Amino acid sequence: MASVIERIKRGHFGTFHGGIHPPQQKFLTSDKPIRAVSIPEQLILPLQQHIGIPAELQVKVGDKVLKGQILTHSVHPMAVPIHAPTSGTITAIKNAVIAHPSGLSELCLFITPDGEDKWRPRHICTDFNQLSNNQLIEKISASGIAGMGGAGFPTQVKVSTREDIQYLIINAAECEPYITADDLLIREHSPSILDGINILDNILSPKHILIGIEDNKPEAIKALQQATAENEKINVCVLPTKYPTGGEKQLIQILTGQEVPAGVLPSSLGIVMQNIATCFAIADAVINDIPLIKRVVTVSGQALEKPQNVWSLLGTPVGFLLAQCGYLNKDKKHIIMGGPMMGYSLPTDQVPVVKTTNCILAPTEKEISSPYSTGSKEVECIRCGQCSDVCPSQLLPQELQWSAKAKDQQQLAILNLFDCIECGACAYVCPSQIPLVHYYRIAKSEIRQQKQLDIKAEHAKVRFEARKERLARDKIAREEKHKAAADARKARMNSGSTAGNNEKSAVAAALARVRAKKAGQVESAKSAVPATPENGQKSQVAAAIARAKAKKIAAKTNPATEATSTVNNVTSKTESPTDDKKAKIAAAVAKAKAKKLAEKSLTSIENISIVKKEVNEALSSDAETKKSADDKKTKIAAAVAKAKAKKLASQKEKSITSVENSSASNKVIITETEAKNPADVKKAKIAAAVAKAKAKKIASQQEKSEST
Amino acid sequence: MSVIISTLIAILVLGSMALVFGAILGFASVKFHVEGDPLAEQLDALLPQTQCGQCGYPGCKPYAEAVANGEAINKCAPGGEDTIKKIADLLGVEVQPLDENHEADNTPKVAFIIEEDCIGCTKCIQACPVDAILGTTKQMHTIIADECTGCDLCVDPCPVDCIVMIPIAQTPQNWQWDLNNIPVVQLD
Repeated sequence: MASVIERIKRGHFGTFHGGIHPPQQKFLTSDKPIRAVSIPEQLILPLQQHIGIPAELQVKVGDKVLKGQILTHSVHPMAVPIHAPTSGTITAIKNAVIAHPSGLSELCLFITPDGEDKWRPRHICTDFNQLSNNQLIEKISASGIAGMGGAGFPTQVKVSTREDIQYLIINAAECEPYITADDLLIREHSPSILDGINILDNILSPKHILIGIEDNKPEAIKALQQATAENEKINVCVLPTKYPTGGEKQLIQILTGQEVPAGVLPSSLGIVMQNIATCFAIADAVINDIPLIKRVVTVSGQALEKPQNVWSLLGTPVGFLLAQCGYLNKDKKHIIMGGPMMGYSLPTDQVPVVKTTNCILAPTEKEISSPYSTGSKEVECIRCGQCSDVCPSQLLPQELQWSAKAKDQQQLAILNLFDCIECGACAYVCPSQIPLVHYYRIAKSEIRQQKQLDIKAEHAKVRFEARKERLARDKIAREEKHKAAADARKARMNSGSTAGNNEKSAVAAALARVRAKKAGQVESAKSAVPATPENGQKSQVAAAIARAKAKKIAAKTNPATEATSTVNNVTSKTESPTDDKKAKIAAAVAKAKAKKLAEKSLTSIENISIVKKEVNEALSSDAETKKSADDKKTKIAAAVAKAKAKKLASQKEKSITSVENSSASNKVIITETEAKNPADVKKAKIAAAVAKAKAKKIASQQEKSEST
Repeated sequence: MSVIISTLIAILVLGSMALVFGAILGFASVKFHVEGDPLAEQLDALLPQTQCGQCGYPGCKPYAEAVANGEAINKCAPGGEDTIKKIADLLGVEVQPLDENHEADNTPKVAFIIEEDCIGCTKCIQACPVDAILGTTKQMHTIIADECTGCDLCVDPCPVDCIVMIPIAQTPQNWQWDLNNIPVVQLD
């Protein structure tokens, strides 16, 4: 390791494979100071501005917030809070287009500033050396700091590593063309940056601190060297300009000579890398108690009259910043967020600046042509191999392209697609103008999606199996329960107790009834030809006798039981009314019996005739009794029957109309709800459900009959 | 004579060698026996596990077993052509178009219960193959969206038609890149 430091001190650095030298274009903004812009009329704050998960909302629409007030909060390490960039009112919480290449919407907070820019109470820390590591990390975490270089990894996760850290690398390379935000920040705020580096030094206590900076920023290098002159631990490493030196793995390789293996975090190699703008934000958060609410943004491109670096509040719409810098190109709004190599076109200029936005580009058509206006200029690959010469990850871009087009996921995995850092060097040098990175991004998202689906499928499988097991278990449990209940009943019956005897006699009675019925049926079947009413009646009589016997036994064994009491009730009830009623009941019973018999003995037509005869008999007896009774009574009964029939008819109608209603549309239901009370609607719905179920049953039966 | 002897020796030597090697091989095949992944298991791994039963089998595994025993490979509607292709690759058979009797629409969906209409009949709960519906008798039911496979099986049993299938919305998390990237042009 000593040799590494010696080598660095001598100014000898390693290099990474490939790399390109695109036109710098930094002169557009590098000679002007960072400008403070006014507060826009509206700030749009996406809840998630980093890699991870969004934190939970702490405010609601209409709330007045102060500058720096916390808006979301979570204890999850991958959830980073956001803060109010200025004082004002929360006017809306809704989905809006976010800074993402998809141009999709996500939940955003809309703040209308009140113009007072009034701070919440702040606690300024005079000496951060007196704070413990946990206090420092807590402050960083509460200030919502996420990596400001572009990826937006939560800083608190990076700094709370438990590994033994050899190198703390501060990334000031800023290798993408056009961008000068870090350059200007170093020039103007190097003391604060040094404070930030010292805070990180306190937390991580690395053996060495290396600041990687490209040699195209001489003024920033000078400022850094002056600021760090007294600190032996910090080495300012001036690196040759080459894209993508600022890539995490590439910078580590240049400075330490170590390659970070695929799927391994640098911290496991004893290396932590922080962007220089993040160091500034850390210093602001710890010392001045200013959460991450503003950042330097390079607003550049030849379509602007006054390209310049600006201090932008987070949530400022891109269009506002462009207007401040004299945006000319009103018709063709081709705006890029991020640098020209790794950035993406924005769908609208209402996209807000977020924690990771380091640059907004408004190029002319000649400078960078819009993908929307020109279409693809892609031609066939000529297999020149320039792409693999420049790939900083030593991949085979051409091979990857073939496999990505063929959607050959296995081959893509063999070719290490996920080691691609999407730097765009291959697409830049491609003479056929193949948008290589575009294909890789599609392939990557497809593979990720497939992985998600696989996980979900596996999960569903497990749940399906678990359900099957559960059902089998339930079935066994049910059977066992039934068996146990049956056993218990048997045991009880055999125990000789009064309850047991009672049950036993009930069972005996039921058995007798069944036997009697069977006997009757057999007899009636036997006497199919010489069928006479006496035969049917005989069996009935036999059944009646059996029943009476059973009842008697039941009454004898325990007259206090419920069964017998109900029997008694019934008998007492039947005894109390007039003879007429008794006769009616008898007739009804006879009718019911006749019907039952008819159902059971449908084997011969003769039987039906018997039933008919019986029914006639019963009816005639009924008529006789009726004659003896009052005429009025029968009339009343008829009226009651009619009323019942009417009620039934109206109910049916109701159910039919409700069926129509529900099937017609939801709107009808809504009007119905307005008209009737909810209980009625529910009733109607249930009726409709029943009707539907019946209809389904009939349909399925019909289908069955048709198929057979 | 010596020719016969040398022939006999050769036969003897080769024969004994064959016996020895045969014994070694036989022993190795028993000792190092690998429980091969049965075909049905491999097929099951390719299926989407929606457990929808659209293939006519009560779940993905029964269909996988049926395919292993010669059932047509083109009956999985949620899997669509991708799944058919994978099965064809595995079995070494021709790719077939999706069975005409099955819906070709395999956009991922998730079931949703219109909760004010739910009467709490538990019919959907009994129908759900992955237990993704929460609720009990005469209590409103709701779908655990993360567990729902979008199989559609709960829609039909519902007596009040309060279950709808909603296509899964696109978010920045599940979005697939479909834009042209930014072309960088060399300036003069």
